[in-house]
Amino acid sequence: MNTKRIVYLMLNEAGIGLVLVLLCLLFSYFVPAFASINNISNIFTQISINTVIAVGMTFVILLGGIDLSVGSVLALCTVLAGLVITNKSIPVGSAILLAVLASMAAGMACGLFNGWVCERWKIHSFVVTLGMLNMARGAALQVSGSRTIFSFPRAFNAFGTLSYFGIPVIFMMAILLVAVGHFILEKTVFGRMIYAIGNNEEAVRLSGHNTKVYKVAAFVICGATVGMAAVLYMLRLNIASPILGTGFELSAIAAVVIGGTSMSGGKGSLIGTLFGAAIIGVLNNGLLLLGMSDFARQIVTGAIIVGAVVLDTYRATLSVMLS
Amino acid sequence: METDILSIQNVSKSFPGVRALSNIVLSVRKGEVHVLVGENGAGKSTLIKIVCGIYPPDGGTMTLEGEPYFPRTPREAMNRGIRVVYQEFNLLSYLSVAENIFFDRLPRRGIRVDRKKLFRDASEIMARVGLDADPWMPVELLGVAQMQLVEIAKALSSKCRVLILDEPTATLSPGEISRLFEIIRTEKKQGLTVIYISHHLKEIYEIGDRITVLRNGELVGTKETAEIDIPHIVSMMVGRQMDAEYPFMDSPHPKPTGEPLLEVKGLRIASSSHEISFHLKKGEILGISGLVGSRRTETVRAVFGADKKLGGSVSLEGRRLNVTSPKDAVREGICLLTEDRKSQGLVLDMPVDANISLAALDKFSHFGLIDKKAERGASQRMAGELAIKTPSMSQLVRNLSGGNQQKTVLAKWILRDAKVLIFDEPTRGIDVGAKYEIYLLLWRLLAEGKGIMIVSSDLNELIGICHRIVVFSGGAVSGEVLRRDFEQERILKYAYRVSHEGSDRE
Repeated sequence: MNTKRIVYLMLNEAGIGLVLVLLCLLFSYFVPAFASINNISNIFTQISINTVIAVGMTFVILLGGIDLSVGSVLALCTVLAGLVITNKSIPVGSAILLAVLASMAAGMACGLFNGWVCERWKIHSFVVTLGMLNMARGAALQVSGSRTIFSFPRAFNAFGTLSYFGIPVIFMMAILLVAVGHFILEKTVFGRMIYAIGNNEEAVRLSGHNTKVYKVAAFVICGATVGMAAVLYMLRLNIASPILGTGFELSAIAAVVIGGTSMSGGKGSLIGTLFGAAIIGVLNNGLLLLGMSDFARQIVTGAIIVGAVVLDTYRATLSVMLS
Repeated sequence: METDILSIQNVSKSFPGVRALSNIVLSVRKGEVHVLVGENGAGKSTLIKIVCGIYPPDGGTMTLEGEPYFPRTPREAMNRGIRVVYQEFNLLSYLSVAENIFFDRLPRRGIRVDRKKLFRDASEIMARVGLDADPWMPVELLGVAQMQLVEIAKALSSKCRVLILDEPTATLSPGEISRLFEIIRTEKKQGLTVIYISHHLKEIYEIGDRITVLRNGELVGTKETAEIDIPHIVSMMVGRQMDAEYPFMDSPHPKPTGEPLLEVKGLRIASSSHEISFHLKKGEILGISGLVGSRRTETVRAVFGADKKLGGSVSLEGRRLNVTSPKDAVREGICLLTEDRKSQGLVLDMPVDANISLAALDKFSHFGLIDKKAERGASQRMAGELAIKTPSMSQLVRNLSGGNQQKTVLAKWILRDAKVLIFDEPTRGIDVGAKYEIYLLLWRLLAEGKGIMIVSSDLNELIGICHRIVVFSGGAVSGEVLRRDFEQERILKYAYRVSHEGSDRE
């Protein structure tokens, strides 16, 4: 492997992975408790939900779009799933299954709406999903009567706390989703189209493809991951509430951007997104253990996001220079 | 009257791979209307851009009113009194007419704009150019002709020694054109010098004092308008053709088999009020010629489904097609290589193989999974056939040269294996060697029984490689020329025809 190749890798996923490893080493050195099995298991749990949402967000951002509605849609999904799962007239097993389906369906429906409106009227997704952010929140409050729903079936709650070898089940599910998403992006025609459209939509259209279908599909995928994240949320905290999920869109976008995906589309990967979500989680956890205040942690996380984007501009010029 | 206001001596300009201007000598007399003509790519625009400070010349000198003139920025050219009205207007559409005219030097009172003075000054200059509108009206509400008058008013409102008009009549109605000419004549009497660029040769006689012809970046000559007729101008524009540029020029052309392949009947597009009909035979190269604005690109885009069709039919092998999107067209076996490869033909930040396979991914995938081995193999084969020079198949297309980028687009469509290949400006901006290889490739495709349509601004190219040329003018087919009758004069006559009798524009 020559130096060029090494530098090139550094600038991509491997570089982000390296930052993650360095962060972990630093924290373990300064706070021994950081490296305990318990704490690591904690971090895994904490980053699961953001990772799942960020997977869907990566698809949307790769196409040059954005989805600001994920937090509100997540709340709507939990509320709908919560109403189903606590319905005493349905047998427990079916109730759980139906709740999961309801959550996924609600997420995908919101995604379909987002994507369809964007494409049908050629509106930037920023505006459409900003509208959805309000609509979904309103719908969640309306449907639930603005109440928090809890007392889920015991089997459901128990599954949420399961872990094997210190790895929580919900984190395993997040990793599985990353793997599936990565496979789709790297190996399938669909994934190829996502990257190609993100780079130059007109060229893809003129090569004989219906680009709108892929763009709407990306929003539906994003909605589906939100539906899944909603279920993970309920598994972890055993509640469903119309007011949760505020600011989730920002964490998800931050994970995607720190992971090296370009906001203008066409460049990036889910491995990067996974590392991005992990970096945010490790920072939050480590700085907390260091005794840093909540406010100071926000400042650091914000600075990291800006730094990642600045690095991204260098990445583009450097990789052109190197190739 | 006989003194030169602007004199250009031996000005040259090269861009990477292209010599745009070589040793141009041109003198413009004070108070004359000097017309600049030449085919597309002859160097008119480059020359104008040098005069108004956008490009620095590689060599040569210029003088303005006897003083050395070497503008480094457009601002400097403006300060010396050179003003340009481009085809594309530079107006701020939400601001008023008055504000646009005086944008760079709004009258002030303290820190506020002196609206009274602005109104007075604007009204005065507007009356001078005959612009009848409220000075406070936003520019976006004006018609094209009025916007042009705003541009002219803007130019004349400050020191203006030489006014350059770039194709000023391209979008005007006959009435508006004669009003524009009236203004030019009036200003000329006041001592204004005008450089006038036009494709419309008849206008030259109405307005021009002298005419300069450019061809391939070289000066052909400057003549008094009174001493020269249109056929003479055309032959100056066209010049002698070079034979060796095209393969098989002298060997017999492979004959089209005569079976009609693609038939376009009564096609209506948004940008033209005419119905367009033409056909393409199997094994034929059909040239599509016409000036910029003749709607040749719009027509082939509509055939391909890239833009909307308003009416008419497209049939392939006798079967009427229902093509409403590029996807339909590609499925039916029609492909279009667009004129702008960077914005419409390539995914620049993806590798060569992904670009080559982009239109034929279905051939390399099973159940939505891409067979990367097959994809790489096929792209490698295409790259070999077309001699695409790239270090590897995973090189980003952005890093290839223009000629190799163009070959990559060609490879994409050849891999698709379509029946009808429409190429819009396939050899624009690429070097002679790559051009030659592309021509050879066209012949190979013909041998496979495909039909090829070539849209090109380069008339020599069309004459060199086509069986037949259909000429577009003003949004309509104005003529058809068979190979045995190929003559540049004949084709150009068709190209200029409708736009001269241009009053049938709506």
